[in-house]
Amino acid sequence: MTRAPQAPLLWLDTLWLQVAGTLCNLKCTHCFISCAPDNNQHEMMSLLEVRRHVRDAAALGAREYYFTGGEPFLNRDLLPMIEETLLQGPVTVLTNGLLLDTATCASLRRLADGSESSLDLRISLDGYGPEDHDTIRGPGTFRRAMEGALRLNAAGLNPVITVTEAADGIASGEGRARFLERLRALGLGRPRLKVLPLWRLGAETTRTSGYASEERLTEDDVTRDGLERLQCASGRMATSRGVYVCPLLIDAPEARMGVSLQETLRPFELSHGACVTCYRSGVTCRT
Amino acid sequence: MPDLRRAAFFGGVYGNDAALREAIRDARDRGAERLYCLGDLGGFGPHPERILPLLLEHGVIVVQGNYEDAVGNDRPDCGCGYTDPRDNHFARIAYDYTLRRTPSDQKARFRALPASLRLTMGGRRLLLCHGSPRRQNEFLWESTSPAPFLERLLREAAADVLLCTHTGIPWSRTTPSFGQVVNAGVLGRPANDGRTTVSYALLTAEEEHQPLRVEQVPIAYDHEGVARDMRRRGLPEEFVETILTGWWTTCLEILPARERGRGRH
Repeated sequence: MTRAPQAPLLWLDTLWLQVAGTLCNLKCTHCFISCAPDNNQHEMMSLLEVRRHVRDAAALGAREYYFTGGEPFLNRDLLPMIEETLLQGPVTVLTNGLLLDTATCASLRRLADGSESSLDLRISLDGYGPEDHDTIRGPGTFRRAMEGALRLNAAGLNPVITVTEAADGIASGEGRARFLERLRALGLGRPRLKVLPLWRLGAETTRTSGYASEERLTEDDVTRDGLERLQCASGRMATSRGVYVCPLLIDAPEARMGVSLQETLRPFELSHGACVTCYRSGVTCRT
Repeated sequence: MPDLRRAAFFGGVYGNDAALREAIRDARDRGAERLYCLGDLGGFGPHPERILPLLLEHGVIVVQGNYEDAVGNDRPDCGCGYTDPRDNHFARIAYDYTLRRTPSDQKARFRALPASLRLTMGGRRLLLCHGSPRRQNEFLWESTSPAPFLERLLREAAADVLLCTHTGIPWSRTTPSFGQVVNAGVLGRPANDGRTTVSYALLTAEEEHQPLRVEQVPIAYDHEGVARDMRRRGLPEEFVETILTGWWTTCLEILPARERGRGRH
């Protein structure tokens, strides 16, 4: 068998920050890093930590910042983190939407208006309605997520709705059209949509299955262009435990590339099952 | 390499020869010594085959866009970099229309166009490209191109001023170390601002080695005539609506939150 290919780091375009660690107010059955109210694997990041990584990234010419978790709005310093980071570039916050009350939405709008750079929010849904979504995310969560999305929209911040392929038929053009229609009917007049594949990691390995040991990329499977399109060719993920190659592999010790961003500016060996999903689907976690 | 005082930079023309004629006339009237086009001659509008001859006739110097790369090499799609199926659906219509109407001698010329050009204005080093110096089809939007990123682009390109197009919405910025990035917008369709005019960038060197003066010059043209022409040729009503209203109806998913929020759709 040939060796695993190496993804180059062409340029640090995207810095992910796991601001809430693996702490979440939900316990989704498909979560690729098994986030939960009691998962302390990666702790919350402090404002100081975020500031340090963002400063390092800006010095490297980074283009954009993504805040994720866990649930970012559990971090009480999230708004100052967003405000400071917006001084260095555009920020996208990935959220389950449950903590987006009217006051928070108004604060986010103020931050967006005060910045040259874009502030975007992404809310995850897992189906066309509560019947699918709540099975994965818990009772009542579809309604609450949509309420959060509508409050944001009312504040003038039209969020991107992220939906995983757990939603029936969503990957097809027809499925997308149906989903967009559904979002319009729910009150999002100009719906924005991103479809993500499921990575068979974390909790998802119990819901469906993990990657078989032979599901790995080899040098024969890849092209230079394909490698350069991978998100690990232009991004890194900072958590309270260090800097990882991407947002997906933070449970894999070998995916931790260093303490600071400067230590991670080297190629990464694509030896994980999840690398197959990224490579074959051509998808990135970016919007 | 010429050193110029005043020059005009046209973004994508998108087969809109009526707008291009007006822009050429306007730039000459304003004393532009040279005229440049940053690529994407076809797509969207009614007359892609008329654009290259018009540019050559008026001595406009052309940089290759992703459209010229794709059409010139008979590639299967325009390579614009869309990810949404609806955006791709309309991109396909525009590309197939352009490909069908482009004569083979033009394709040969498209292949030979340079991906970038250098010149100086008042001693400032300019780099002209289509998307970004890194990639022909990279989108440089105002709200997602922060200063640290632009500084690095300029540094690596060994340029003081970067000129680009590709997104369809003009903007310009001077970075903290006095580099300049100018997205010249496009001539082919309005900038999703509710106005039917299009625009180009006019740069003037006022003082040696100082930041250039950047003006985004609006161009009014017979947009109703172009809309009629588009309908006659069976181009989608969605494209026609954009020409008549100034609001984008397609290519929306690629817009960052800020730019999307400013539009109607």
